[in-house]
Amino acid sequence: MKTEDLVSLLSTGAEAVDLRLPSRRWLLALAGGASIAFLLTAGLLKLNPALWHEASKPMFWVRESYCAVLGVLGFVTAVRLARPGLRLGLAPMGIPVAVIAMWVLAVVTLVATPPQNQGRLILGNTAGVCPFLIALVAAPLLIALLWVMRSLAPTRLRWAGAACGFAAGSIGALVYTLHCPELAAPFLAIWYLLGMLIPTTLGAWLGPRLLRW
Amino acid sequence: MFLDELTVRLRSYLRKRLGGLPDEVEDLLQDLLLAVHNKRHTYDPKQPLTAWVQAIARYKLVDLLRRRSRGDVLTDPLDEDDQVFATANDAAEAQYDVAKLLRGLPDRQRLPIQYVKIEGASVTDTAARTGMSESAVKVGIHRGLKALAERIRNIG
Repeated sequence: MKTEDLVSLLSTGAEAVDLRLPSRRWLLALAGGASIAFLLTAGLLKLNPALWHEASKPMFWVRESYCAVLGVLGFVTAVRLARPGLRLGLAPMGIPVAVIAMWVLAVVTLVATPPQNQGRLILGNTAGVCPFLIALVAAPLLIALLWVMRSLAPTRLRWAGAACGFAAGSIGALVYTLHCPELAAPFLAIWYLLGMLIPTTLGAWLGPRLLRW
Repeated sequence: MFLDELTVRLRSYLRKRLGGLPDEVEDLLQDLLLAVHNKRHTYDPKQPLTAWVQAIARYKLVDLLRRRSRGDVLTDPLDEDDQVFATANDAAEAQYDVAKLLRGLPDRQRLPIQYVKIEGASVTDTAARTGMSESAVKVGIHRGLKALAERIRNIG
């Protein structure tokens, strides 16, 4: 087939596309994924009965903002990676900044605590399951975000997959806080981050396999 | 026409970078044109168009080279060097036949492309001729072109 014929084939009767399509799909994936994540948390794990009580503690809101900020940064990065030739801007740089800020808070908390209580702040009661439960809650978000990414045009596939994974992990962690009884900064700095990194790694692995176009 | 100008520019871009693989130029060029068409919803009007096209071209080029480096880059016949000048003139023909690929598509994709894209009929007429709804015609074109791009890629 001659290239000129293909050109005329493509331009004949070409419909204008809706440029808001990607944003609509992203929001749909976010809403759908987060709803299923919530159902998993509320149905399988049960909501934390002390939630209302804990909402009056400052650390509760530090935890919520930590997950929300990482979620927004990861999501913005994924959205930008889905468009060819778009600069990434500052969002990806914000992720390590937020993570380091939580580590600093963790160290400050540990230093101010007598040594015999430090272990409890690090391990809490749920350290063994926390990363895996976050990964579980993040799973529907990861699937939804990768599905949208596939319909767009990422050119850095591994990064695009990882960004979907990190966004899913941190938004998943935000939903998981409705169940999780842990509020100590050292706990969050370690186990929440590990939980977010499971879907990130999975996304980075899946990226080159699922996202080619 | 946007696509005509794009074709010229992309062809010279690819020729420069695929000097040793002249046969690949038109294949990749057509793959690229389909990609630009099928992914046009990912263009952000606030962004320079050149940056968008450039990123797609680079992606497709790297994808091709990576695929080849896995397989047969070392088995290319040496005499291909001779063809650089021959193909530089008018190698506007790709190695595969889109018409043949088109025949492999299901009717609900093939007919809309056949009528609207090749014969130049309107979407409304095509809907009447095929008994499909207008939106089904549009979806058929869209999915059909995506499927074509997929098939071309698998040949490459």
